[in-house]
Amino acid sequence: MATPSMFGLNPGAFWSGGPAPGQYYNFPGSQATTGQNAVQRTLSPVVTGTSVLGIQFEGGVIIAADMLGSYGSLARFRDCPRLLKVNDTTVLGAAGDYADFQYLTNVIEQQVIDEECLNDGFGYTPKSLHCWLTRVLYNRRSQFNPLWNTYIVAGLEEEKPFLGYVDKIGMAYEAPSLACGFGAYLALPIIRDAMEKNPTMTQEEAVSLIDRCMKLLYYRDARSLNKYQIAIITKAGVDLRGPIKADTNWEVAHMIK
Amino acid sequence: MSSIGTGYDLSASQFSPDGRVFQVEYAQKAVENSGTAIGIRGKDGVVFGVEKLITSKLYEKGDNKRILNVDRHVGAAFAGLNADARHLVERARDEASSYRHSYGDPIPLRHLTERVAGYVHAHTLYSSVRPFGVSMILGSMEQDGPQMYLIDPSGVSWGYHGCAVGKAKQNAKTEIEKLKIKEIKGWFLGVAARPSRQPHIKVI
Repeated sequence: MATPSMFGLNPGAFWSGGPAPGQYYNFPGSQATTGQNAVQRTLSPVVTGTSVLGIQFEGGVIIAADMLGSYGSLARFRDCPRLLKVNDTTVLGAAGDYADFQYLTNVIEQQVIDEECLNDGFGYTPKSLHCWLTRVLYNRRSQFNPLWNTYIVAGLEEEKPFLGYVDKIGMAYEAPSLACGFGAYLALPIIRDAMEKNPTMTQEEAVSLIDRCMKLLYYRDARSLNKYQIAIITKAGVDLRGPIKADTNWEVAHMIK
Repeated sequence: MSSIGTGYDLSASQFSPDGRVFQVEYAQKAVENSGTAIGIRGKDGVVFGVEKLITSKLYEKGDNKRILNVDRHVGAAFAGLNADARHLVERARDEASSYRHSYGDPIPLRHLTERVAGYVHAHTLYSSVRPFGVSMILGSMEQDGPQMYLIDPSGVSWGYHGCAVGKAKQNAKTEIEKLKIKEIKGWFLGVAARPSRQPHIKVI
């Protein structure tokens, strides 16, 4: 009796051993892939920091970040420094998962110690740290296990100001002004505008611009805090200031109902 | 060493009939042939000094250092075989780094010495390895003041106020003993090991 399969009309027989819809496909000879071997990765950060701002001025760089560690929308930790002084020419600022930042802080600290032990006058420069960070972050994202941070590297390289950005997928660039988190939307346009109007900013002008932007972020970004640190990197070294508290004015608040 | 060549000196893992381990004693001999290294612990710092014998004009300046950094708060000076010493310092750095990784604090010198001495001692137990031809002086600046230890090729370690190893160790010891060593200030001796974040071992 003629059956459909005799004419090759039964796709089941023809396709046997192939991938079945909705199931893992095992290549012949390979180890069976089951749900047991699956690995789950971090799908979202836990305790997070928000904006980091960085601007270059005549002969130096400023970087600033507030000290809030948010737990979702809860202002959970209020004393989290997010600026790391790497050496006398380099400062790192981090947004995103605070634990990942702490992990990387330990790695960098040990590398700086190793470098100091060699006692040969070499150490991280802002450019080399930035470049190294791009490799680490790109490598981690390529393993589908990113460090959930955005980093801003600020410093002086051969007496010239440097500002570099790297995010959790390893995307990196340099610019005369940088911001991440909400600061990229709220503060960066103001910083760019100010720098366009005054391309040769002095240190004092740059500090007051940063102060203005940090206050603005505190007013408008619900994940920010009125307590922040700034680091000024010049030929004289790193001046890490803070915690700084901005005076705020909420008089208009009653208008909002 | 009258028993040289009696067949009991070929392995670090064998005692001689009169209860000695010759391989370890030979290693100590290697240290005694080396330029002198001294360490003095003052009230506010540790100072190392080494005699550096330059055997050729062709060497580059500052190479083959005999005082090295181990961690931000720990430095080492040594007498003996240079290559052995560098390996030992590397080990000390790894131990210091591993402690920092585990506990988030700089390693207390007491613990670092214990770990490094254990490593040195392990090399006196097996026929497949040779002991270190090195005596290492470790100095540190800690919260409760300066510390200094000496590790010898047998893996023994002691804490010191002042110590000397190498060729002229007897002369050096005699001189150090004349000092009122428990009252001395580190800076007074010339080079200071300061409790700062900077690498504080200056080579002069």
